[in-house]
Amino acid sequence: MGDISVIEMREGIFEDNDRLAGELRGRLRTQGTFLLNLMASPGAGKTSLILRTIEALRDEFRLGVIEADIDSVVDAEKVATAGVPVIQLRTGGFCHVDAFMVEKGLGGLGGDPLDLLILENVGNLVCPAEFDTGAAKRAVILSVPEGDDKPLKYPLVFSVCDVVVVNKLDYLELSDFDVTKFKTRVMNLNPKAEIIEVSCKTGHGIQTWASWLKREIERLKR
Amino acid sequence: MHELPVIKKVLDICLKHAEASGVRKVLSIDLKVGKLSDLEPEWMQRFFDFASKGTLAEGAKLVVERTPVVLQCEACSQKFEVDLESRQEVECHQCGAARCAVVSGREYYINNMEVL
Repeated sequence: MGDISVIEMREGIFEDNDRLAGELRGRLRTQGTFLLNLMASPGAGKTSLILRTIEALRDEFRLGVIEADIDSVVDAEKVATAGVPVIQLRTGGFCHVDAFMVEKGLGGLGGDPLDLLILENVGNLVCPAEFDTGAAKRAVILSVPEGDDKPLKYPLVFSVCDVVVVNKLDYLELSDFDVTKFKTRVMNLNPKAEIIEVSCKTGHGIQTWASWLKREIERLKR
Repeated sequence: MHELPVIKKVLDICLKHAEASGVRKVLSIDLKVGKLSDLEPEWMQRFFDFASKGTLAEGAKLVVERTPVVLQCEACSQKFEVDLESRQEVECHQCGAARCAVVSGREYYINNMEVL
């Protein structure tokens, strides 16, 4: 037996992903494309919010969508019906999207210039939070029926996001969801996150959401 | 949940270093993973055993140090450790304020490895 030696590595596990994400962010900024990483659990309303966003901003901005699903094209079909360019990524069992998949998605969308590109991440509050996709900003949707305790259960996703959209507000009076408690729990981890209350069903709050996006798109282009 | 892609990355990085240094065998790998990550060390080892079969790192033991979650209060700048697994409400240990930012606990880092 030879001698045991130690090799010092001191290397980040996601270094290559983070490097590519940084490159993508720079490239998209140069092109004037604001990439939003939209994360939420299944059924929270990611596709509904995208459809509402298309409705609100389509006259002002050139929009595109990257849909990621483990293995289906249902969401992409809905978005395509709304008439904006969309590409479906099948993650093939992977529970999240990383920068490498986004790069593939960008290739698939062709070279048409876009102002806002929304990445609908895989429905899951755990894994997507770990991976930098190259997005300029990260949004999390939390729907009222999921409960106000989610920041306690999934702190990572709420600590890395820039904006939290509380969806299904129309359901509030049927539930024991405490909006104040929820906001405090987000602030406990991430005081800079904006919190926007919406109902994709009734349209409540969609203007506030659209204004947030508009401000961010314009800020990126400056 | 996403242990497999993470472990593949760990293995790739280790093999790159092992090959560059001409080692015969990797015995153990020292990792730092922040407690904000949901990775389970037991599953990481199982996935590693599976992914590393037939490589220099086959049989290597993962030594995973879970680094604590540290928050910093926006009001008084006090830094304090929290146990998020307890699912308790968080407030600043010094002034009781609620607005706190995460300063560490998201680490994903390979420290070193023992080799022959």
